[in-house]
Amino acid sequence: MSHNQSVKEFHPRVHNAIANPQIRANFRKAMDGLMDKRQQAFPSDDELERTRELAAAIRLRALAKLPELLEKLEANLTAQGIKVHWAEDGDEACKIILDICQQKKAKSVIKGKSMVSEEMELNHYLEKHGIEALESDLGEYIVQLAEETPSHIIMPAIHKNTDQISDLMHEKTGTKKSRDVEYLTAEARQQLRERFEKADIGVSGVNFAVAETGTLCLVENEGNGRLTTTVPPVHIAVTGIEKVVENLEDVAPLLSILTRSATGQHITTYFNMISSPRKEGELDGPEEVHLVLVDSGRSNIYQDDELLDTLRCIRCGACMNHCPVYTRIGGHAYGHTYPGPIGSILMPHLVGMDDAKDLPSASSLCGACGEVCPVKIPIPKLLVRLREESVAGNSDHANSVVKGRGVKRNRVESLVWKGWAKMHKHGGLYRTGTGLATVFRGLVPSNLGAWTNCRTAPKLAASTLHQQVKARQQEKAAQDKNQGEPS
Amino acid sequence: MSSIKLYPPKPKQVYFFGTCLVDLFYPDAGMAGIQLLEHEGIEVIFPQDQTCCGQPAYTSGYQDQAREVAAAQLKLFPENHLIVLPSGSCAGMMREHYPELFTGQPEETRAKDIASRVYELTEFLLHVCHIQIEDKGEPIKVAMHTSCSARREMGLGEVGPALLRKMDNVELVEQARIKECCGFGGAFSVRHPEISGAMVTDKVEAIDATGADTMITSDCGCMMNITGAAEHIKSQEIKSQGKGGSFNGEHIASFLWRRCHES
Amino acid sequence: MSARDAILNRLRHRRDGALTAPVSDFSVVTEKQWSPAEKRDLFQQKIESVHGEVHRVRHDNWLEKLKHLLAEKQVKNLLTPQKAQVGLDVRAELSESDIALLAYDQPIEGWKAELFSHVDAAITDVRSAIAETGTLVLWPDADQPRLMSLVPPIHFAILDADQLKNTFHEVITSERWGATEKGGEGMPTNALLISGPSKTADIEQTLAYGVHGPKELIVLIRE
Repeated sequence: MSHNQSVKEFHPRVHNAIANPQIRANFRKAMDGLMDKRQQAFPSDDELERTRELAAAIRLRALAKLPELLEKLEANLTAQGIKVHWAEDGDEACKIILDICQQKKAKSVIKGKSMVSEEMELNHYLEKHGIEALESDLGEYIVQLAEETPSHIIMPAIHKNTDQISDLMHEKTGTKKSRDVEYLTAEARQQLRERFEKADIGVSGVNFAVAETGTLCLVENEGNGRLTTTVPPVHIAVTGIEKVVENLEDVAPLLSILTRSATGQHITTYFNMISSPRKEGELDGPEEVHLVLVDSGRSNIYQDDELLDTLRCIRCGACMNHCPVYTRIGGHAYGHTYPGPIGSILMPHLVGMDDAKDLPSASSLCGACGEVCPVKIPIPKLLVRLREESVAGNSDHANSVVKGRGVKRNRVESLVWKGWAKMHKHGGLYRTGTGLATVFRGLVPSNLGAWTNCRTAPKLAASTLHQQVKARQQEKAAQDKNQGEPS
Repeated sequence: MSSIKLYPPKPKQVYFFGTCLVDLFYPDAGMAGIQLLEHEGIEVIFPQDQTCCGQPAYTSGYQDQAREVAAAQLKLFPENHLIVLPSGSCAGMMREHYPELFTGQPEETRAKDIASRVYELTEFLLHVCHIQIEDKGEPIKVAMHTSCSARREMGLGEVGPALLRKMDNVELVEQARIKECCGFGGAFSVRHPEISGAMVTDKVEAIDATGADTMITSDCGCMMNITGAAEHIKSQEIKSQGKGGSFNGEHIASFLWRRCHES
Repeated sequence: MSARDAILNRLRHRRDGALTAPVSDFSVVTEKQWSPAEKRDLFQQKIESVHGEVHRVRHDNWLEKLKHLLAEKQVKNLLTPQKAQVGLDVRAELSESDIALLAYDQPIEGWKAELFSHVDAAITDVRSAIAETGTLVLWPDADQPRLMSLVPPIHFAILDADQLKNTFHEVITSERWGATEKGGEGMPTNALLISGPSKTADIEQTLAYGVHGPKELIVLIRE
């Protein structure tokens, strides 16, 4: 199913979300809980700041050496028996995975959580070719049962409450209706265990790919990731090219700040590090392991010094957990694979500005995202940059790498801003204009469109600060003069 | 903020940049700011050619226009005096974004120099003037909303509350989710009115719940947004006999001046 | 041009020029150090906070404790290593008991259904453990394969107190996990960190245990 929800435009999707009290309540509760947990996971500001510095430096170092590290990763993985594939975009990656499936005559694929596979719409692609793709992460499983897409990159089913999930499982899998989360979880475990036993191929994502040792690292709590990468005879890992890190020791601080930022856990239940297929004499694990490296616009982002910071992301979701906009509208309203602040700075590159033009403006630039980002991505600054790209408002960026630059530019709006600039760069013109505005302030309508839907109209003052300061100076000068004259 | 900022000694003269919102909608806050500084024995210079810091165009993506307007402001401060603004948002624009906006431009050096001289009014009063406050007002319960720019861009989350705590007859109460944005965001409030509306409605509810008589802020964008929503809710509530939106809003400069020098 | 070459080519010829790598200061990680007693306490506190069960035992009484726990949990069969010392000790101690001692002695393909549905519990040793996060470190091998610590509903892990390290970073550096050309030992097929029983919060942020892996993780710390 497409990530662009049934409603094609951003504003109507927002309207629907805002008007839905269930969605509002589910997200508010969940985000409040996540913010609180993160706060508790970082008791020391000093430790937090230094770990963020370190994590940012590790990611920047990896990006600085990206081509060499990718080659090294490939060489090490290949030497250890893992086959590496490269894909320019999602379609190519889907094709590579389908080819492996067909070679293996696979009928069913079981999946661990992977946002890149969401980005590629892999499930849809495989199913179109007669291969069943089943999500095994509980949240993803729920979302798949509902024929929806994840509304959060870490907690895919966070938009649903227990009753909604109980009803869904009852309808689709025949479980009893129950508010008992343990019961629902146990039922899902049973349903999925049978599928794990039979699956021909396991597909997973990758959190960190270590170049030094050729190691694929996966972060998870449920154990479905371990099952996916151990039980089926073939494991295919799929990831973006930016996920590589240089050394094994780099992984330690990244893991620590990832899990604490994401859900406030000091570590997840499992951290699974894979460096080869099953070796001679070993009794489990896949006989074949593949890694598919996907570009999909990432090497394009890489060209630009400012945009490059987007690629530091370790996909913790803290920016959305702390975003007041995401909290109000939820993930689906964004209409793209990655919602929230990170989605708003990433999607314009992955799908082009034409398809993501409303995202960079959907932020009050409050800065909460940048403040919590574990790798210090200057998200607000990048939002402003992409707003500029969307209207082509900075002549310095004329040869920008952003696809669809200027797609939002229109004559009226640019004329308005040109007029605004003209008035505001001349003090005299400005004073005349603002002075006139205060004189005619009675004429300002009380209905100012969108603003006054939930606010009264702002009231112009009777005189401007400029006028008041000037009047005061004149008064004072007159006083001084009077005092100076002999009475 | 963990970084420690070193403040200069109290100067004899400063420039005052009033900001366009204060100029048009809240000039009393600007006058109060000027008077507070003068009361500290500082001569305040108000360049009459000042207009706007350029932020509206900048955050809308029209950086060419933002630069034109910002370049005009760069000419207003020829002497080496510090520059004080009664707004965290506009101060943030000048201090944090001017250097970047003029990178590679002829004005680069001047932009950096001006950025380094910019102070937000409350931080200037607290940390540079070490202001002594004698509160002569009636007992009052207030909630403080610090703008996101003041809090996150300028690192001033504690400054406004610190000033209010120096006032003997002021009870400062804390609203739920105090650090959350009020939903103003400049053009955001017009471009995404439903999201912005949902945010400010929640903010009004949170402040209402504290029972505060007045909401104090040091940014007029937030003030216009929050008090506008409070008034709107109140007008709706009067019809339904409810009690929402029953607080006033006041800029911290007006509040300080009124209670310490006009009461 | 292949996708590989095209991608690498774009990365190598960056429009804005070559990048310089910043220095990484690991002191915030390496300065985390605790005494042996603190490490034990911290480990226990952290793993218990995520629903792990910890028992402090001695080298001369741990088998007693284990038998007691097996009875309490009504374990009928126990998947036990055949070569690791922990396995040999358990086998010697429990050979006469009612508990069936199972062996992972064939490739998974031969007994998947049995492992998935008929094994009550497994016992493994660990390679080391991490105090900071309450984490067990395992390098599964032919004697203690990957699924042993994952598929059965209860996992018993035997840890010696002197195996406790401060941090994951210390584990990696002190155990020389890095690349062989840098003096490391290189990585196994699979290295695992386990911190508590399997869990999920995917249903309305409510924690539930045993979603795919063990519902119970029981750690015996031998002091």
